[in-house]
Amino acid sequence: MAGRLLARGMIAGLLAACLAFLFARVFGEPQVNLSIAFETARDAAAGMAAEPEIVSRSVQASFGLFTAAALYGAAYGGIFAIVFALAYGRVGRISPRALALLLAGAGFLTFVLIPDLKYPPNPPAVGQEGTIGLRTATYFEMIVLSLCVMGLSILVGRRLTQRFGQWNGTLCGVGLFVVLTALVQGGLPDINEVPADFPAIVLWRFREAAIGMQIVLWGALGLIFGPLAAAVLTPSVAGRHRAG
Amino acid sequence: MSYGFSSPVPASAAMPDAIPLRALLPWAVFGLVLSMVLLYFVGAEQGATALVSGHAVHEFVHDGRHLLGFPCH
Ligand SMILES: [Zn+2]
Repeated sequence: MAGRLLARGMIAGLLAACLAFLFARVFGEPQVNLSIAFETARDAAAGMAAEPEIVSRSVQASFGLFTAAALYGAAYGGIFAIVFALAYGRVGRISPRALALLLAGAGFLTFVLIPDLKYPPNPPAVGQEGTIGLRTATYFEMIVLSLCVMGLSILVGRRLTQRFGQWNGTLCGVGLFVVLTALVQGGLPDINEVPADFPAIVLWRFREAAIGMQIVLWGALGLIFGPLAAAVLTPSVAGRHRAG
Repeated sequence: MSYGFSSPVPASAAMPDAIPLRALLPWAVFGLVLSMVLLYFVGAEQGATALVSGHAVHEFVHDGRHLLGFPCH
């Protein structure tokens, strides 16, 4: 059961990644190219030689982008399926489709939106070579802390729901989530490496495209995984019996 | 009757059977490790750290790394 859900999660992630790739290709790539043009002009003005291209730009923007999206989609599809398998039958009466959609929303919030509010996606030409270690560490820390905040808020919210009712318990959980998120984000170091003359509109459009790509990915993941999971969990038609 | 994770619905409303934790655990470990490895290659290889030398992996997934929100150059 769990293994089949995991496989279906990764398949759903792959399919969702195909859609996310198309979105990124249409809305993201133009901004990436504008950023690289900015970078090239800046380096030329500073008298630096152009960086050698190991992988051509057209491959980066097609097969490379697709591969990255596919690996990312399969990875989060797998994590998503594990959380789904854990939650199903433990969070109340909810259909597999509704649970999948709910968890996709939570996943987007936890793994993407909250970390991105602190460390937003940056196009090429933004970011200094020397700080990549710090930026990578703080970014992954932010994701882990975001996950902890989400988990804790859900546990506390559910406890309070049993005592004070659905409405009040949920409100307390949301409130705790907001406060903890603010504390975590306030505690992590700020990083701003946007060059002073970088075009603001390119930065904005790039970030819109990056978040949009994730909305497509997580939305499609939830919508595709729901029916796939339902087929495994409700074997009534074929009369198969559920095994562990 | 144990509470824990279950919501306060009347016992008459059937809750779908949960997957036993013991059956879930090995798949969860396998899936998480596999996912972490995939995310590592998309998000961090040949950036902050490198298992494979050179820049080919970084350049190949470069656009995806930026658009998916990972720190890059
Ligand atoms: Zn880069």
